[in-house]
Amino acid sequence: MSIQWIDRLSKISRQKSPWVYHVNAGACNGCDIEIGPCFCPRYDAEQMGVLLQGSPKHADILLITGPMTLRTCEAAKDIYAQMPKPKAVVAIGSCPATGNVFAGSPTVLGSVEPSIPVDIYVPGCPPRPQAIMEGIRQAAKLLAEGKTGKKQGISS
Amino acid sequence: MSDWWRIFLAVLVWPGLLGGALLGWLFLWITRKIMARLQGRKGPPFYQPFFDFVKLMSKETIVPGGTNRIIFYGLPLVALISVTFALSLIPIPGNPLRSFNGDLILLIYLLEMPALCDILAGFATRSLYAQVGATREAILSLGYNLPFLTALIALAVHAKSSSLREIVAATPSPAIVFVALALLLSVPARLKSNPFSIANAESEIVAGIHTEYNSKPLAIFELVHGLELTALVGLFAVLFLPFAHSLVAALVIYILCALGLIFLTTGLAAATARLKIQNAFSFFWRWGAAAAVLAIVVALIW
Repeated sequence: MSIQWIDRLSKISRQKSPWVYHVNAGACNGCDIEIGPCFCPRYDAEQMGVLLQGSPKHADILLITGPMTLRTCEAAKDIYAQMPKPKAVVAIGSCPATGNVFAGSPTVLGSVEPSIPVDIYVPGCPPRPQAIMEGIRQAAKLLAEGKTGKKQGISS
Repeated sequence: MSDWWRIFLAVLVWPGLLGGALLGWLFLWITRKIMARLQGRKGPPFYQPFFDFVKLMSKETIVPGGTNRIIFYGLPLVALISVTFALSLIPIPGNPLRSFNGDLILLIYLLEMPALCDILAGFATRSLYAQVGATREAILSLGYNLPFLTALIALAVHAKSSSLREIVAATPSPAIVFVALALLLSVPARLKSNPFSIANAESEIVAGIHTEYNSKPLAIFELVHGLELTALVGLFAVLFLPFAHSLVAALVIYILCALGLIFLTTGLAAATARLKIQNAFSFFWRWGAAAAVLAIVVALIW
């Protein structure tokens, strides 16, 4: 009885306070610029309890931008491994999905999927801040349901 | 009521762990809300600090390599226990604990423990950023403790007693203005809010002292921060505001004092950028020391 109650409370709290950590795996900085406004007055993600954290150990959701490159691959995997479970990954923009315009370059691995299990893809080049916030919201829902680690797509 | 029962109530219910945590979460929310409104944002809903705490408690804890598990889990617990006992010593209305001679000194020691645990936690987790943060916190605590401790000593000198209840009951003297000033100067540094957010400098040194802390121990550190805020507000309300005999009036006074203090520190945090450690230190040893010395001199003369 009380275990169930604690379980429900922790589910709600996971949905209500998703803290994010942002890593640039080799993006052109376009998507990173779009993440900034999410935390600024116009969109203010703190209304949903979203906080941008400085340390991956404090975060629940990893925001990853850009295609995986030879140089960043190990670092990105390391950062993902440092996040305590349960954790979710939101891939922002077209690059983490396909490699986009960087696909085929000898220094670029392409999609981030083989290295890090992505939960939500937010399409766009770059996506709008609304779409990024929707991606974070859906990732938080997945965290609450305990369904992270399986591929999902957002409709926008 | 027996003495043990009183201590139990004071430490665990009011004004200790339970009441302190609820008030602490409320005050943390007010801080975040005021900050958001000053920046033109909407800000988080009122339950946010509570859900942050529950979420952190429900996560997996990673103990960093090369760190002693007992120290990693023990430091936040020691900080929590000492700040809870500190809260239970403050004679806010409804506190069942009787004041005793020397509880001011015990309170000073207990209020110092969270900062000490933070410093040790920073060094113990072996992260470079946490060690930088811990060094800064150690230096800064030498700075802000000068006005803080001297002001409290001035109060004790004035009341000719080291019992909090007698200090509160003593006739007010002009020294109280300087005491309030010295305490106010040290509050933003104690709360690590903006011009003095040198130790936990977010994004500058990753997450400061708590870089390697995660999940449950981090949740307890956040709770300790809330309790510290409650204790400081309680100390202010008790020392500088008139003592009300009815519980409702006392609570209203307490909440108003909290709002005033939080608005001052948050407004200051929103309006200023981070100082360098040497500037913050010289600020406390110049203006903080001036206010504190004046407080002692006035307390001795009157």
